[in-house]
Formats: sequence, C-alpha cells, structure tokens
Amino acid sequence: MEATKRHFFSDMGVMLGRSMRHIFRSMDTIITVCITPIAMMLLFVYVLGGAIQTGTDNYVNYLLPGILLIAIASGISYTAYRLFMDMKSGIFERFHTMPIARSAALWGHVLTSLISNAISVVIIILVALIMGFRSSAGVLSWLAVAGILALFTLALTWIAAIAGLSAKSVDGAGAFSYPLIFLPFISSAFVPTDSMPPVVHAFAENQPVTSIVDAIRALLSGQPVGNDIWVALAWCSGILIVAYLFAMRAYKRKAA
Amino acid sequence: MEKAIQVKGLQKSYKKLHVLKGVDFEVEKGSIFALLGSNGTGKTTIVKILTTLLKQDGGTAAVNGFDVAAKPGNVRQSISLTGQFAAVDEILTGRENIIMIARLRHLANPHQAADDLLKRFSLTEAADRRVSTYSGGMRRRLDIAMSLVGKPQLIFLDEPTTGLDPEGRIEVWKVVKELAGGGTTIFLTTQYLEEAEQLANQIAILHEGKIITNGTLDELKKLFPPVKAEYVEKQPTLEEIFLTIIGKKEEK
Repeated sequence: MEATKRHFFSDMGVMLGRSMRHIFRSMDTIITVCITPIAMMLLFVYVLGGAIQTGTDNYVNYLLPGILLIAIASGISYTAYRLFMDMKSGIFERFHTMPIARSAALWGHVLTSLISNAISVVIIILVALIMGFRSSAGVLSWLAVAGILALFTLALTWIAAIAGLSAKSVDGAGAFSYPLIFLPFISSAFVPTDSMPPVVHAFAENQPVTSIVDAIRALLSGQPVGNDIWVALAWCSGILIVAYLFAMRAYKRKAA
Repeated sequence: MEKAIQVKGLQKSYKKLHVLKGVDFEVEKGSIFALLGSNGTGKTTIVKILTTLLKQDGGTAAVNGFDVAAKPGNVRQSISLTGQFAAVDEILTGRENIIMIARLRHLANPHQAADDLLKRFSLTEAADRRVSTYSGGMRRRLDIAMSLVGKPQLIFLDEPTTGLDPEGRIEVWKVVKELAGGGTTIFLTTQYLEEAEQLANQIAILHEGKIITNGTLDELKKLFPPVKAEYVEKQPTLEEIFLTIIGKKEEK
C-alpha cells in the first residue's frame, strides 16, 4: 500500500501523458469543441446581436463569458467518452490489477480535461479578440477568471466522470452534456435576465451559470464583482464536491 | 511443491444468480493450469477474484501466499492479467504501450524493456505504428507483451485466443509454452478444448458453479469409459471427455 502511495504522482503523470497524447493525436476533439461556440459567437454578434439590448456597446464583451461556459460544457463530454471507452476496452482492468493507486487512472483523465478545456478556452478568446473583444482587466482579474473557469471545468468534469463510469453505451456517456450546454441560454449569458418572463427570470437568476457569467463579465470589464464571485465559487465548489463523491462511488462500484 | 494459487470454497453471486458455489482448486508454481467451462459458467469471475478486480462472497483465495481479499496490494505485485478483450491503448503505438506499463511498474529502463519485448514478440517493425492499425493477432501479442513487463511470477490469460484466427492462436500457444518453460506460472481459461489439451499440465472443468474434475490430461482420460470394441480403436479426445463428464453430472 505504501508503495502505491509513494508513486501516486508519478503514476498519475504517466496516465496524464497517455490521455494528453490522445488529445494531441485527435485534435478534432479540440476543434469540434471550439467550432460550435465560435459559430454561436458569430451568429449572436453579427446576426442577432443588433436586435439584443444589453446596455453595452460591445456585445462580444457581453457574450464571451457565456460562450466560454458553453465550450467547457461541451468539452467535458469527451472526458465521459474517454472514460467510458477505457472501462469498456479493459485497459482499466489492466491498470487495476497492477500495483498502482486506483484513483491515478481517474485523475489522469480529470487533469487532461482541465488542460484540453484550457486550450479550447484560449482559442475562443483569441477568436473573440479578432471579433473585437477588449478587456481592461489586470493580471489579478485574469487570474481570477482563470480560477473560476478551472473550478467550473473541474466541477463539470466530475459530472462527466459519473456519466462515463455509469453509462451503458457510448451515446449515453455523451448525452448528459446537452442540458449543460443548454443552461447558459436560460441565464444572463446572451440577454439580460430582466427581459425574461417572471418564472424564467427567477430560474435564470438562481441557477449557477448566471452568477458565474456575471462574475467573469465584471472581472473582464474591470467592474466591481460584488457578491457574484462568491455565489459563483460556492456553486462550483458545491457541484464539484457532490459530483466527486458520486463519481468516486461509481468508480469503486465498477472497480470493486 | 509450492502453490501459486490456493482456492477454497469460493462463492460468488450476482444478485440472484449464484455463479460460484464453492470452488476448490490449487495451482502449482511453474505449471500451466487450464480452467475449462462453457460460456457463462464463471471462469472470468474466478479470474477477476484472483486478480483483485472483484471480491468473493465466501471462501478464500490466495495468490503466491497472499490472501486476495486481505492483501490485494501484495497480490498485484506478482501477477498480471491479460483479459478477454485486448487491453491495449489503440491511439498509442505499440512501443508507447509497453513503455507506459514499464513506467507504471517503475522499471529502471522502460525503453530497454520495450525494445526487448517488441523483439521477442516480433513487433519491432510495427513498434512505432498506432495499435489501431494492428491485426487481431498482433494486438493480442502486444497485449501479452504488456503483461510480461516486469516479469510477473503468475500470469492470468482469460480466453487469450478467442476471436483469433488459427495462425494467431498458434502464435499465442508458442508464447505460453515459452513462458512456462521459463518458470512462469500460467492460469489459462478457455472454451477451446484443444487449447487446454495442447498447453496445460493440469486441467480443471468448471460446471454449474463447481469444479467437477481436476487433473492431468492422462488422469482425465482415465475417467472416460473403457474403450469399446470397434473396428478402429479410437482415443477419446478431450472434447469427448468434457461432454461425457458434463452429461453424467446432469443425469444425477
């Protein structure tokens, strides 16, 4: 037991190296993850944006936080897919019969998700810059944005892990992400929530995406963030902890 | 003789399905042990319990002297599993697959280990190609090569030739014989009776949750009814022995 603990980080490093190779050898996963959010950004800015009243003159600035969340929500479905394939192919069984910490294999996937989503986020921000996105945020604000996005990615990745570990089919492993991708639409991501009917407004105001979007938007535009950032962090950590516990339970059940 | 595996009264149920109903057997160090049985009799369940993937409901199992339930960490140090489906990474190359396992086994020189195993399994030429381009036989060879990294004392092969063409099957048989020649203990499950006949020193037949017979091929042949007067005297094949024994049990 001691030996498996001592080697935990080097074992996890090997697992991370493995799944990062998967990412770089099938760049299409990153491209696919980027294309839909970029297309949506183009659509909203150049087609619908003219008719949307947000009270700001730069709609790309308004839109970007929500677009990033959509990209992450679709990006994590690949984690579910990769986990599902590993469970199915028997390679997890091989790892589990070796003297290595069992969770190393799972953490390898989680860290890979974090890195690949970070790559997608950077690509989308670069495209946004070309489209006229500008930010007055300083280094600290950017770090805070990176931190919130990382926490959001981790939280959703553990949800993806539950799906990947307990799905019966490949389609099932990926399907859970559709509602997550949809969530930003019923939030302050595209239009101010004030314009929504009361019931939708109440939902939008009290779901995690709105507080996360508002916090990131305030940080990027150099506005005071107020309570939003704490609400956003509380949502992300809460989802992270609950999802982690359920994912670990699913993992232990699958791997005795 | 020292025992590589000792199993006593092993029980396992999946919900209401009682798969193992008190399985007993022992495997001697350095031998090739074949576990025979039809599909769904619980061969893979036994493999999973012995390789620490699954916990038994009752009975005991020890691998290289360590109890699988109490000391799974020690068991994992000395075994490796080649499961029913080739557990290789399709996106990595053959070489990267072996290096990955060598790193996880903390070998001093993973690249050297990969070179040696690739050569031994005639995969040197294909070493830097992605595994997704490999044939079934090559994949299985790589799978077994990955299981040999770090020279485990006991290797589990769960239906290693299922789905292989005859050539691939003969390749695997050759590897198994070489391994056993080098002193490695082999635990083999198969539904091909010829495979057990070709390879095993000791054969056990699992039927309806129990080991109904266990012995060398010659001992099993003695269980077969005496040869009847026929025009041509015919030695029973293992297949006939198998079917006869199962038939008898079902009559009771």
